[in-house]
Amino acid sequence: MDINDSVEGAKFRTEVREFVAANLPADIKRKVDGGLRLEKDDYVRWQRVLFDKGWIAPGWPTEFGGTGWEPLQRHIFEEECALGSAPAVISFGVNMVAPVIIEFGNDAQKEKYLPRILSSEDWWCQGYSEPGSGSDLASLQCKAVRDGDDYIVTGQKTWTTLAQYADMIFCLVRTDNSGKKQQGISFLLIDMKSPGITVRPIRTFDGSAEINEVHLEDVRVPVENLVGEEHMGWTYAKFLLGHERVGIAQVARSKKQMQRLKMIANTELVDGEPLLSQPEFAAKIADVEIGLIALEMTELRILSDESAGKAPGPESSILKIRGTEIQQGITELLIEAIGYDAHPWVPAAAIDGRNEPPIGSDYAASIAPHYFNWRKASIYGGSNEIQKNIIAKMVLGL
Amino acid sequence: MDLRLSQEQEMIRDGVTRFVRDDYEFATRRIGAVSDLGFREEVWQQFADLGWLGAALPEEYGGFGGSAIETMILMEAFGRGLVLEPYLWSVVLGGALLQQGATSAHKEQVLPEISSGKARIAFAFAEPGSRFNLAHIGMTAKKDGDGYRLNGNKTVVYYAASAEYLIGSARLGGAKTDREGIALFLLPSDAKGITRRDYATQDDQRASEIIFKDVQVDAAALFKCGDDALPVIENAIDVATAAICADAVGAMGALREMTLEYLKTRKQFGRAIGEFQVLQHRMAEMFILEEEARSMALRAALMLDAPAPARKKAVSAAKSLIARAGRQIGQEAVQMHGGMGMTHELSVGHYFKRLTMIGSMFGDGDFHRKRFAAL
Repeated sequence: MDINDSVEGAKFRTEVREFVAANLPADIKRKVDGGLRLEKDDYVRWQRVLFDKGWIAPGWPTEFGGTGWEPLQRHIFEEECALGSAPAVISFGVNMVAPVIIEFGNDAQKEKYLPRILSSEDWWCQGYSEPGSGSDLASLQCKAVRDGDDYIVTGQKTWTTLAQYADMIFCLVRTDNSGKKQQGISFLLIDMKSPGITVRPIRTFDGSAEINEVHLEDVRVPVENLVGEEHMGWTYAKFLLGHERVGIAQVARSKKQMQRLKMIANTELVDGEPLLSQPEFAAKIADVEIGLIALEMTELRILSDESAGKAPGPESSILKIRGTEIQQGITELLIEAIGYDAHPWVPAAAIDGRNEPPIGSDYAASIAPHYFNWRKASIYGGSNEIQKNIIAKMVLGL
Repeated sequence: MDLRLSQEQEMIRDGVTRFVRDDYEFATRRIGAVSDLGFREEVWQQFADLGWLGAALPEEYGGFGGSAIETMILMEAFGRGLVLEPYLWSVVLGGALLQQGATSAHKEQVLPEISSGKARIAFAFAEPGSRFNLAHIGMTAKKDGDGYRLNGNKTVVYYAASAEYLIGSARLGGAKTDREGIALFLLPSDAKGITRRDYATQDDQRASEIIFKDVQVDAAALFKCGDDALPVIENAIDVATAAICADAVGAMGALREMTLEYLKTRKQFGRAIGEFQVLQHRMAEMFILEEEARSMALRAALMLDAPAPARKKAVSAAKSLIARAGRQIGQEAVQMHGGMGMTHELSVGHYFKRLTMIGSMFGDGDFHRKRFAAL
């Protein structure tokens, strides 16, 4: 055993670090470092940089444009991108629908969609949750009825992240109501420009509008857009959720946030002394940081098993639970760290190129909204309570 | 990075797992627990014969040249069986002190005796009032002719009564908590002037209060002094801390399995209590804590060779998390067993007590969190 990078690993790490430093546009880096809002164009520009380098889809098989990296190499890549202040690659296309298309889609679907995902030509969103189907996802009612060469889809999806930017949506729809609720679900790829689709933003209490309702009213979807077999969508959905959970730990991004927290806690003063030197606050930071170290090591153990040929199992629910607890813990300490400076609500100050001067310290404006916004993390992707159900049932056999 | 066990390590793991499962059942363990010695001499000899005593000691001194990973594997299995034999104290801690600090004469003399099972070591470091500060040393070593004269008190010295050698920390000079002026002495445990009060600990282990009164040792007994002594002690205690983290992980695993089994079989309100979601979620949390602890124990073992600040930070991160996780897992296991969890008959309470003692061994969670944050 050896915890250090191998010689090739260290070389690769340097290569990624230098690439990010040389190719990440300065304005995007500034926004990420300052916790400012990223626009669609910011994400797409960075994704195209990665695409041009051939690094956009580390998790895909090489024949479809993946990198062929080992799991540990992917870990290094993610870490160096995050530490270099690159924005996250938006998951819906590359990391969510694409693995499903690769695993269960037909050749025509692979040829049509995968290249457009790689090049960021299509922005995807995820049509899973419905107003009546949250944690009980399988109870979903959005229905698809076969009509000649089309399905006619009617229903509503909700909490659809960044649907306002999306060209495509992958949807779980009900094609049969006769059996168990998990049966009779199908996986459809739907063009967001189809007549009958309406996107309505949902404002969240942090002041942003990144999630949406997606209404579908008699939307015609060609049968060729069905992935895999009709009624087998639940299997594909679970496959996708397994993939989603692995990336959801966000170890490297939390490390970056931890650095920022310490920087801020070292700048903020309590009676002339850095907040970081106050034992109570130092202890709270240490607890989160220790949890982060444990999370990273647990992820590395899972990746190591994956390298040895073991597919990520339900244990990856640990990563979702602890990963989001840690992310939320950091946002909590950030808002604590800045005291009154968290109070002013100046939305324009959280946008790059603002004209208004900040109130309080330069880093303060985005911290409270970020804390508010990040309460979502323990709810999305299967709430943390659902993850505990998964561990209890699938791992512990209860 | 490579987190796979070697073939030899897998063989050790399989062997020790089998031993604990088949030859160290709770009832068998009791024979050692109630004996004067506190463990079974024949089991110690078995450890020697199986090569475990020398597994992580250098080959030139009769060992097999293994690493901290071998120690981790053995300790995790020992933790799973609440093994009483003083492997941690004699082999891991004693071995680390000797390897890092001793003269070659001492190494050549003592290490082969350790790995062959002929002798054991105990380390007398804690003193009344010292808490977890390793530099808090009131015991004095005064130059006396060619040798030294030792005076002072040591507290909770684990397995001193069954050790042939004692290593003691004493002060050649300086104030009580100075980092300088410390020395380590190796002496026979029956040296004149040593008195012991022996007792059992909460978790069936053995320890002693030791008084050193005008104990005469020759110059060769001094094996480390000056600015080097404390770093040697700190390193050895870190090695032992990493090992006890693995010990805790083993105990946690056993407790989790027992509790899970109980949840599946105990029926109330007409169904297995494991069907209640409130218990399922607590059980899931227990599982997560155990896996975090396992990750941290592994990381601590892998970081023992790193430069001192990184090593200390990794060990403290592990011990801080494991102290907290051990407390929660222990309490939850007792709670979920209900009244049965309170009985002496069931092993649950014995694991609970062991995890509680491990919690404060070599520094509790708060101590290590503070050390972590300061680095």
